[in-house]
Formats: sequence, structure tokens, C-alpha cells
Amino acid sequence: MNMTAIFINALAVVCLVFALIKDRAKTKQALKMAVISFFRISPTVLAIIIIIGLLSGFVPESQISKIVGEDAGFRGVLTVALLGAVLHIPSLISFPLAASLLERGASITSVAVFITTLTMIGMVTLPLEIRILGKKLALLRNGLSFIIAIIIGLIMGAIL
Amino acid sequence: MKKMSKEKQKRGFVKDILFLGITLVIEIVLLLIFPEKKEPVISSSKGFLMEMILILPAVMILMGLFAVFVPNDVIVKYLGRSSGIKGIFLAILMGAFPTGPLYVAFPIAAALLKKGARISNIIAFLSAWACIKIPQELVELQFLGLKFMITRLLLTVVFVIIMGIVIEQIILWSEKTTKHEQTS
Repeated sequence: MNMTAIFINALAVVCLVFALIKDRAKTKQALKMAVISFFRISPTVLAIIIIIGLLSGFVPESQISKIVGEDAGFRGVLTVALLGAVLHIPSLISFPLAASLLERGASITSVAVFITTLTMIGMVTLPLEIRILGKKLALLRNGLSFIIAIIIGLIMGAIL
Repeated sequence: MKKMSKEKQKRGFVKDILFLGITLVIEIVLLLIFPEKKEPVISSSKGFLMEMILILPAVMILMGLFAVFVPNDVIVKYLGRSSGIKGIFLAILMGAFPTGPLYVAFPIAAALLKKGARISNIIAFLSAWACIKIPQELVELQFLGLKFMITRLLLTVVFVIIMGIVIEQIILWSEKTTKHEQTS
């Protein structure tokens, strides 16, 4: 078990103890929610883990770096940005996927851009966002998010 | 309304199971055709599975606790009257705290708009809700490391603030011009 995992589990235990002291009924409700969302997210987690396995077994590193690596250039960055905007996978699961891509030749820029557009932009939820917040606000937010995701990725690629 | 979303959730779950089934079938077929690939595929999957099992329950507990102990009306109460730099940072903090998918935040943002909160704060809040979740940052830390996580977090905060201000200016400007057109 690495340090991060220990830290996360310790944090959860500390928060849980505090919550139990503060309000038993609410804590029970929170735990129930945790169990439900754990089972809710499990199939997707397992599917992504299978995909990561297949990726490392069947897709050679040269291929990955050609599409999302340093050599892919700005077109590669744009591709992952669009992919992140369109795909609808929980961001929790995007991190192991991003890590495996990084291990296998993807550039820091494209991984950072992918995570950022994946979380900030929701093509699937855009109609809902327009209905609730108005066309102007929703389109501006999603459009500018796309641009800043690329800027963030480029800066990260430059300094890391 | 609640019943409907429950049904939608159920349908989503069935879809996820289906997706898992399809990937599983593809994996089995591929490994039957190329048995020599079994070793690298399984061992890579196993490594990521172990890492996920170690942190996922804790992350889910944290998300559940945040969701129950920081209810949405508390957020509206605090953000509705905050302003200035403090307001923006509070908006980001509030967005990072609670959990749930982005579409849960839209009605909160709409309520804030009605209460007269600044547009820049609302944009900051929505963006933070989308991509600076504390439990998510922990998973990012686990898989991508401290340096990656901190750098992306800091850059995101900076650019989210800039984006909020820019969008606010655009919307104020466009409102002014439409008003101008109406009067002239």
C-alpha cells in the first residue's frame, strides 16, 4: 500500500469518526450513499480496467505516442480535447486511464487536456445546462472551458 | 421527479453493465486469439485494479459524507451574499466540497443567479464543482502523483477565475448593447 492510499483511507476514517460524533443518523445516510455509489460505479471501473489491460497488451507504445504523444503535436492535443469533451465517463475513472496512457507514451499536455475537458465540458449534459442556465451562459462556459483546458495542458507540458 | 431520476439511474446502470459485458467479451475473444498477450494484459489490469480497490471505498465514503453534511441550500446561502475576491475563492471552495455530477450543480447555480450572485462567482462555482472535487483530487494524487495534481489544480483555479471574469464581462456587455438597441 503506498503513501497516498494510506493518506486517503486515514482521511476517510477521521472524517467518519467526526461525522459519527456529530450526527449518527446523517452518517448512516452518508454510508448508505457511499455503498450505493460504490456499486453504481463498479461496472464502469471494471470496464476501464479491462480497457487499460487491453491497451497495454495490444496497442504498442509507438502508436500511443503517435496519437497523443509529443510527436502528435497540436493536432494530437486537439483530438484529446474533443475526445474529453464528448466522452461521458466519470472523472474518478479517468485518472487510472490517464496514468496508463502517460506510462505508455502519451504527453503530459494531452493527458492534462483530456482530464480537464472531460470534467469541465459535458456535451451530454449541455442541453440540460442550456435549459437551466440559459443558452448564453452555458455555451460561453463550455466553449471557454475548452480553450482554457488546452492552455492549462500546454503550460503543464512546458513546466513538467 | 425523484422517481423519474431513479428510473434514469437504473437505465444508466444497465447500460454500464452492458458496456462491461461487451469489453469483457472483447477481452476474452482477443486473448483466445492471442494467448501470448495474456500475461501483459492481465498483469497490467491487476495492478490498476489493486490501486483502485485500495482507495475507492474511502473515496466513496468521503463523497457520501460531503453530500450529506454540506447540503445544497447551505451553499446557496453562503454564495448568494458573498462578493469580491473572497467571494470567488468561497465559490471555488464550495464547488470543490460537495459531490455529485455536474448536472446537480445547475439548479444550484440557477438559484444563485436569481439571488443576485455575481456571474463570475457562479462560473467559478460551476467549474470548481466540475473539476476540483476534493475526493477526485485524491484519486488524481494516487494515480498521477503530487506534482501533476498540484500543478493542474493551481492552473485550474487561476484560469477558472479568469474565465469567470471574462464571461461576466461578455454577458454584461451584451446585455448593455441589447438594452441600448431597445431604447434607440
